[in-house]
Amino acid sequence: MAEPLLSVRGLRKRFGGLVATDGVDLDVAEGETLAVIGPNGAGKTTLIAQLSGDLAPDAGTIRFAGEDVTALPAPERSGRGFARSFQVTSIFREFSALDNVALAVQAHAGHSFRFWRRAREERALREPARAVLAQVGLAARADVEAGALAHGEQRQLEIAMALATRPRLLLLDEPVAGMGIDESQRMVALLRTLRGRHTIVLVEHDMDVVFALADRISVMVYGRVIATGAPEAIRGNAEVRRAYLGEEVRA
Amino acid sequence: MRTPRTLALAVGFVALALVPVVAAALNQPFYLDLVRRIMIFAIAAVSLDLILGFGGMVSFGHAAYLGVGAYAVAIPAFYGVHSGFVQWPLAVGLSALVALVIGTLSLRTSGVYFIMITLAFAQMLYYLGISINAWGADDGMRLARRSQFGGAVDLGNPYVFYYVVFGLLVLLLWLGHRLIHARFGMVIRAARSNEPRLRAVGFATFRYKLAAFVLAGAACGLAGALLTNQTEYLTPSYMHWTRSGDIMVMVILGGMGTLFGPVLGAIVFLLLEDVLAAWTVHWQVVLGPLLVLIVLYARRGLWGLLAGRG
Ligand SMILES: Nc1ncnc2c1ncn2[C@@H]1O[C@H](COP(=O)(O)OP(=O)(O)OP(=O)(O)O)[C@@H](O)[C@H]1O
Ligand SMILES: [Mg+2]
Repeated sequence: MAEPLLSVRGLRKRFGGLVATDGVDLDVAEGETLAVIGPNGAGKTTLIAQLSGDLAPDAGTIRFAGEDVTALPAPERSGRGFARSFQVTSIFREFSALDNVALAVQAHAGHSFRFWRRAREERALREPARAVLAQVGLAARADVEAGALAHGEQRQLEIAMALATRPRLLLLDEPVAGMGIDESQRMVALLRTLRGRHTIVLVEHDMDVVFALADRISVMVYGRVIATGAPEAIRGNAEVRRAYLGEEVRA
Repeated sequence: MRTPRTLALAVGFVALALVPVVAAALNQPFYLDLVRRIMIFAIAAVSLDLILGFGGMVSFGHAAYLGVGAYAVAIPAFYGVHSGFVQWPLAVGLSALVALVIGTLSLRTSGVYFIMITLAFAQMLYYLGISINAWGADDGMRLARRSQFGGAVDLGNPYVFYYVVFGLLVLLLWLGHRLIHARFGMVIRAARSNEPRLRAVGFATFRYKLAAFVLAGAACGLAGALLTNQTEYLTPSYMHWTRSGDIMVMVILGGMGTLFGPVLGAIVFLLLEDVLAAWTVHWQVVLGPLLVLIVLYARRGLWGLLAGRG
C-alpha cells in the first residue's frame, strides 16, 4: 500500500490541565475525504490547528507527502500544499472578495517585496482569483467588500481562498456551520466537486453533510479518536452511537 | 468619491508650494519657518502611518528615529563633517538599522506588549542621549552649520531649505502611494486586517512587517536629519516619549491608513500648538477633546471628513 499523504502519530496537546488532543493517530490517503466528527469541545478544531501549523503540538509527529512537517509554521505548510478554512469565518473584511482571493494567489506567486506595480493591476494575480471565485459561485460578488457579504457567501469565500493556494490537502473546519438550508446545500454541492480532486479533512457536525461527503469517518471524544471507519461501519458502531451519535442519526 | 480627494490634494500641494511666496509678500519669514517645521513632522507622521495605519503596528517609540536621524547629523558636524552627502545617508541608514533591531525584537509580540516594548526602546535611546556628556547630554548641542551640499543646494537660504523639505515630503507621499497599492502594501494592509488568515494562505508575515517597520524608521530618520537642520540644534528630547505621542496624535487626528491624512494632522496639531500655546501652556486641553471627537466620530480622521473615504 502506498504511503498515506497525511500521517499523524501520537499527537498530543494540553491547555493547562485539559488534554485537548490525547494521542491522536490519523492516516489520510491521497484523494480521500476523511470526516472528523465529535461532540462540542472534543478537540476537532485544536486538531485542525495543529495540522495547519497554527498551533504547535506538545508531542507527536505530522508527516505529509513523506516528510516530517511537525516543526513547520503555517505559511511553510501552505507552501507545501496545506490549506485551511476556519470554523469562525476568517477573511479580510475591508478588502473586496476578489482582493481576498488574489491575496491567496499572491502568496504563491513569488515574493511580495514588490513596491511599485499596482497589485490590483497584475493579471497574473487577478485572473486566477476570478476563476476561483467563479468556481465557488461568487463571480458576481467579486467587487463587494468581503465584510458586507452574506454569511454563506463569506464561507464560500473562505473555500475560494483555500483553493486559490492550489492545495493538495484541504482542512475544512465546519464549512456549513451557521448556514441556512439553501446555503448549506450549495456548499455541499461545491464540496462534492472538490472530492477526489483534493485530499480533504472535514470537520462537521451535520451528519447529512458528513454522510454525503466522507469516504471514511473518524470519531473524536475528549481528544481521542475512538473509532475510524467507513460511514456504514461508523453508523453501526455501538460505542460511537453511545458516545456521540445517539439520537442524531435516524438511520 | 474620487473628486473631493483629488481636489483636497491639489489644493493642499499648491498651498504648501505657495507658502514661501506669500511669506515673502507679507514679509513674514516666520511663516516659512513654521510651515517647514510642520512639513518635517508631516514626514515623520506619514512614516508612522505606514506601520500604524496600514500595518496595524502600534509603535509608541517612533520618535526614536527622529532622534537617531538628528544625532546622525549633529555628531558628524560636531567633529567637523558638515557634508549632507555624508550626514543624510547616515541618518537614513542608522535609523533603518535601529529599526531593524527594535523591530526584530518587538514584532514577535503584539498588542499592549508591542506598544510597551517599542516605547521602552525609544526611552532607552533617550536616556542614552541624555547621559552622553561629550554630545551635550540633556542640554544637547548647537549645530554649527546646516548640512552642506557643495554649491548646489544651500540650506542656509530659508527658501531653498523650504523647497527641499517640500520636495522630500512630496517624494515620500508618492513613494508611499505606490508602495501601499503594490504587492507589499497589500500584504501589510492584510496583516492589519487579519494576520492569522494571512499566514494561513501562505505569507510569512513577520518579514513583511519587519520590512515595513524598517522603511518607516528610515523615513523618520530623514525627518530627524531635517529637524536638527531646522532648529540648528540637537536635543535628546526629540526622542522623548511625549514626542512619539505627538507624532501618533498627528496620525490619528489626520486619519490612520490614509497616507495624506497625517500631513493634515501635522498641520492642525502644530498650528493649534502655535496659536494656543501663546494663550496658555495648557493648550493640549483643547487638543484632547478634539482628539476624542475624531476617534469617536471620524474613523478616517480629518482627512476622511475632508476627502471622503477614498
Ligand atoms: N487556546 C485554548 N486555550 C485553552 N483551552 C482551549 C483552547 N482552545 C481550545 N481549548 C479547549 O480545548 C477543548 C477542545 O476545543 P476545540 O475547539 O478543539 O473543540 P471542537 O471539537 O472544535 O469543538 P466545537 O465542536 O465546539 O467546535 C475545549 O474544551 C476547549 O475549551
Ligand atoms: Mg471546533
